[in-house]
Amino acid sequence: MPEGRSALVEHFRDLEQQREASSLGMWIFLVTEIMFFGGLFLAYTVGRSGYPAAFGEASRHLDVALGGINTGVLIVSSLTMALAVWASQTGKRKMLLGYLGLTLLLGLTFLTLKGVEYADKFHHHLVPGSAFSFPGAAARPAELFFSLYFAMTGLHALHMVIGVGVLAFLFRQARRGRYTAQYYTPVEMSGLYWHFVDIIWIFLFPLLYLIDRHR
Amino acid sequence: MSEHIVPRKIYLVVCAALLGLTFATYRLALLDLGPWNVVAALTIASCKALLVTLFFMHARYGPRRTQLVILAGLFWLGLLLFLTMTDYVARGWLGRGA
Repeated sequence: MPEGRSALVEHFRDLEQQREASSLGMWIFLVTEIMFFGGLFLAYTVGRSGYPAAFGEASRHLDVALGGINTGVLIVSSLTMALAVWASQTGKRKMLLGYLGLTLLLGLTFLTLKGVEYADKFHHHLVPGSAFSFPGAAARPAELFFSLYFAMTGLHALHMVIGVGVLAFLFRQARRGRYTAQYYTPVEMSGLYWHFVDIIWIFLFPLLYLIDRHR
Repeated sequence: MSEHIVPRKIYLVVCAALLGLTFATYRLALLDLGPWNVVAALTIASCKALLVTLFFMHARYGPRRTQLVILAGLFWLGLLLFLTMTDYVARGWLGRGA
């Protein structure tokens, strides 16, 4: 079956310029995302610089095993996403569907484990608010740590949910044969977004889970 | 289409490196390196981010302008962190108020 109508939109000179414009647009969006998360990383930097011991103590209440597994899950999901892009570039539809599906499953796995963690925090009274309870004198800075923990991983999880939604959309479109070796831009751009969300977690893991693990 | 197709083997090697670095960052965190723990953790995280950006996100094979955008983003983030922290430190505001 021919690739059908050209994917070229009229205000672009050719497909390559169109693709480059899409890429530039996505990268600039990712820079705005860097600044978006950057604000929270800034708050973390101020908090941890001011209360290093308390942050360390609070950090030890996080489940390193779950956090580590989730890090692995996201790294592998970036691999499967990159392979999905590769499949779309080489016109392998079934492989594209397979890798998109895998990436989606890994994303859902991450979110499930995150849910398990959050539930555990709730049961141990570590959710900031009236029910918060932390032993020792460092209760207030510890609550600050957990506020940052929930804000940063929560914002990240929200990005994951959006990513999963995008993947589901891509999967549906791919099943309908919308992506070919000549036109796979949505797959590639979604890949950029997915890898970016992975990079955010790459920093969140050591900063939140590995503060004072040697004690 | 002049889009570069990255050999799958490179993706696999990068993934293995990322998982290895994750394990390394965990092991290093178990050692007491004093102030160097943070340095080590951030250095490893930056290496991982660099690998993802260069190979998974194709920055290595893309146009110069992509690199420019990335550097611009990092510059602005650096400015945000640096200037705010100098403000806090100069005023002695770290550690007060919580």
